[in-house]
Amino acid sequence: MTAIWRNKENQMCKIAPPGGAEFHDVAIIGGGVVGCATARRFALAGAKVVLLEKGSDILSGASKANSAILHTGFDAPAGSLELELVRAGREEYLSICGDLGLSIVETGALVCAWTPEQAGMLEAIAAQGVENGIAALRVISAATARGLAPALSQTLQAAVEVMGEHVIDPWSAPLAYITQAMALGATVLRNCEVLSGRFEGEWHLETTQGIIKAGAVVNAAGLFGDVVDSRLGFEPEFEIRPRKGQFIVLDKAAARHVPKIVLPVPTEITKGIVICPTAFGNVLVGPTAEEQEDRTRATVETATLEMLKDHAGRLIPALADMPVTAVYAGLRPASEKKAYRIAVRPEKRAITLGGIRSTGLSAALGLGQHALGLYETFASLPAAPDSPPTPGMPNLTETQPRDWQKPDHGEIVCHCELVTKREIEAALNSPLPPGDFGGLRRRTRAGMGRCQGFYCNARLAEMTRGRFEAALDVPGKDDL
Amino acid sequence: MTRPDADAIVIGGGPAGVAAAIAMRRQGVERVILLDREQTLGGATRHCGHSPFGMLEFGRIYIGGAYGRKLESAALQAGIDVRPGHSVVDLGTDGRLTVSNAQGVESLLARRILVTTGAREAPRSARLLPGDRPLGIVTTGTLQSYVAFHGLMPFRRPVILGSELVSQSALLTCLTHGARPVAMVETTPHPLARAPFNWLPRLAGVPFYPSARVVDIIGRQRVEAIRIVQEDGNEMVLECDGLLLTGQFTPEAALVRNAGMALDTDTGGPAVDQDGRCANPLYFAAGNVLRPIETGGWAFREGRAVGTAIARDLLQQPVETAPIAVLHDDPVKLVVPNLLRKGGGPHNALSSFQLRFTRRARGCLMLEVDGRTVFERSGLWTPERRVLVPMPAGVTEANHVHFRFREES
Ligand SMILES: Cc1cc2nc3c(=O)[nH]c(=O)nc-3n(C[C@H](O)[C@H](O)[C@H](O)COP(=O)(O)OP(=O)(O)OC[C@H]3O[C@@H](n4cnc5c(N)ncnc54)[C@H](O)[C@@H]3O)c2cc1C
Ligand SMILES: Cc1cc2nc3c(=O)[nH]c(=O)nc-3n(C[C@H](O)[C@H](O)[C@H](O)COP(=O)(O)OP(=O)(O)OC[C@H]3O[C@@H](n4cnc5c(N)ncnc54)[C@H](O)[C@@H]3O)c2cc1C
Repeated sequence: MTAIWRNKENQMCKIAPPGGAEFHDVAIIGGGVVGCATARRFALAGAKVVLLEKGSDILSGASKANSAILHTGFDAPAGSLELELVRAGREEYLSICGDLGLSIVETGALVCAWTPEQAGMLEAIAAQGVENGIAALRVISAATARGLAPALSQTLQAAVEVMGEHVIDPWSAPLAYITQAMALGATVLRNCEVLSGRFEGEWHLETTQGIIKAGAVVNAAGLFGDVVDSRLGFEPEFEIRPRKGQFIVLDKAAARHVPKIVLPVPTEITKGIVICPTAFGNVLVGPTAEEQEDRTRATVETATLEMLKDHAGRLIPALADMPVTAVYAGLRPASEKKAYRIAVRPEKRAITLGGIRSTGLSAALGLGQHALGLYETFASLPAAPDSPPTPGMPNLTETQPRDWQKPDHGEIVCHCELVTKREIEAALNSPLPPGDFGGLRRRTRAGMGRCQGFYCNARLAEMTRGRFEAALDVPGKDDL
Repeated sequence: MTRPDADAIVIGGGPAGVAAAIAMRRQGVERVILLDREQTLGGATRHCGHSPFGMLEFGRIYIGGAYGRKLESAALQAGIDVRPGHSVVDLGTDGRLTVSNAQGVESLLARRILVTTGAREAPRSARLLPGDRPLGIVTTGTLQSYVAFHGLMPFRRPVILGSELVSQSALLTCLTHGARPVAMVETTPHPLARAPFNWLPRLAGVPFYPSARVVDIIGRQRVEAIRIVQEDGNEMVLECDGLLLTGQFTPEAALVRNAGMALDTDTGGPAVDQDGRCANPLYFAAGNVLRPIETGGWAFREGRAVGTAIARDLLQQPVETAPIAVLHDDPVKLVVPNLLRKGGGPHNALSSFQLRFTRRARGCLMLEVDGRTVFERSGLWTPERRVLVPMPAGVTEANHVHFRFREES
């Protein structure tokens, strides 16, 4: 039986009663983009799904900070599962984004060679793209490339033009997946860390919110994929080696100089530093690729941020004086091997989607399909619902009209990103309201602009008072 | 041609914008619209709870929000069409503005536009500060908004970064609202505020660390500590629950930048001529958006002067003269006005050049006009202090205007 509880935020939520009487077909561990997409796929297939996330909101790990590119897979290793799933994920995204109100900006990309040596590698890159089944790419001269992106520096030697590369809203997409899953009956538990698991014909997961019972588990724990595997009693087949990527975000005025994703010629270790338009109308410069031990701490470093700024100004001189709007860093759940680390243990009814290093945003829907395929090798589901609900996401991108352009929005709260009071209230009252301030920012963009809250932070503190455990304000003098 | 909605539209209802709008009305300009994106006028003065404003302009003292209310009533009395809750989101080169308000989006056309959008402090990102990105890192303006508008506090034991005048104001706000700063940290060797303001930390028993850089911000959810390194290599971990970023003002000029109009790279604001007129002659600017930053009283007087110039300008066709740039050498950081236009009237809105220095320097500041030195002054020059050089007669008719500096040891 499902109990309805009120949580700390005084929101109604479904929660497994102590003792865990409620039974789920599948428990998904981890609310990153992969977990959210997998929850959606199983819910669409008719499964009763529970998603367990240890953070105070979904997207607490790797999926919080990435480059937001929906890759074609032109540079993925030929014949790899990663390539197959990136392509499947991209295709599904393109087919559902309209229904779910998700943005998509087809920018295309230019792989730019800045030295003769790099120019010599372009043919091979193009050939690999063709081998990967991406027909729409060609080697072009520097002049042609500058015709497409006139602000590129004169030092450009040549480029590969890749059509069909897109940028998307990296936070609304997973939120849409999980919201659709919830509309199909899935339960989401946040602040719910899986501590251990026992399989006795069904799974008994010990969590910080009690025992959760499920017929099968999917480990989508990202940066903790190996840890969760061992907590479930498995010998982990891989080891996570976090790889940090730092970014700077340039102000919106930069966007007119960057109509395309500007990629470098990749090296063995990394795709390299990208200069990339965002769906929100800014420009991203990053990421770096830095190995580290820590799985949660993603710091920025002044020298690196300066390097990124210089880098942008060298490749695109018009960016040299652009103000930096935001800085951030993300951790890739890389492992000791390049490939995705996917494991299925039919006898234990367990699937691990691990080591989804640098293409998880693109491949997530493909990974969901793949996980369901693996599940069907050891279990089956009742009939799928015929016409699934398609809850739409509010648009936060510059590609379609924003809320501030529509009547009766109340007031503009965040002036830099033009976020309205109505949008903030809608997010706070949505089926999966933000669990922390970061979650509110990701759902609305409030405070994400050039002033980083100078004008609106106090107002947001007031609007969210008492909602988040880590609040913007601290108790007043009189409350102490 | 479509009939303009107004003779002049003023964007921003702080002291500069209101003073300009009133001046225009006094000079007989008929239709003046004043837009502000906030619900009340006053701009940055609204949250400066401890500072007195208004002695020179209104003959008495107002504190915080009261000054904004006084501005509002003065504006209404002067017959200005005041529209709060109106956010300008785009500037057209032809004087057409895109404006959002609670009802939706509208388009407004005016014969002249005045930009008085003020300045804000650089956030953590623009300073490229290292470390984690937890809650509790705010600027003075934000802190003051917490206190003044909502009765809230973002921390109890912050580290204050900066030692400008505004940093001392931040310290006062903390002390009067139940917060005890654990330290004040400054990158330069000297406090940037002048005496007696720079005595404040010592009086309040707050340790002052000059020549120190923040090398790490530590904290998962909320700030837990700041690591600093002083020039002598001495490293320190300051336990705290917040970081208060003060000063390093930036003009709020994104509107201008996003419209593709050039900004002066030294001031970060629109470049203006001796009348506050931009490169695009339909546009004017005044107040803190011109250069970071000035007092409220200064912004008011500057706004009034530029408003008067706009009233004169409205009697004629927009000027077509191309401006010349006013040049300067290191360590002069910026000059306002940054442009000069020939053929202006006898009364400039801005009667002095205003300069700032990038660093502390001893030497001779010289103004060279068409190759001739017309002004010289030696001394010790310090950053973040206002330097005024009166405009020599006829300078607006010159072809080359250049501030030079000779360093003396
Ligand atoms: C710098 C950078 C740039 C990138 N750029 C792109 C790009 O442009 N395009 C693209 O397609 N991909 C990109 N990626 C890759 C993409 O972001 C990742 O592949 C993807 O986010 C991985 O998602 P995930 O769901 O596997 O992991 P995560 O997002 O880490 O999700 C795992 C979740 O599990 C939770 N969890 C962990 N342990 C437990 C537990 N015991 N119990 C409960 N919950 C737990 C975590 O809190 C976390 O929320 C980039 C990545 C980085 C870092
Ligand atoms: C933290 C802080 C402390 C200060 N302390 C002191 C002090 O102690 N003493 C002192 O004399 N001065 C102080 N000042 C400076 C003083 O407040 C300013 O000099 C004065 O307010 C500047 O006036 P202004 O008209 O140029 O701009 P502001 O007062 O900043 O007004 C700008 C106005 O423009 C509006 N605006 C901006 N963009 C738009 C848009 N797109 N559409 C519509 N409206 C827009 C804003 O809402 C705002 O109302 C302080 C300033 C700050 C930030």
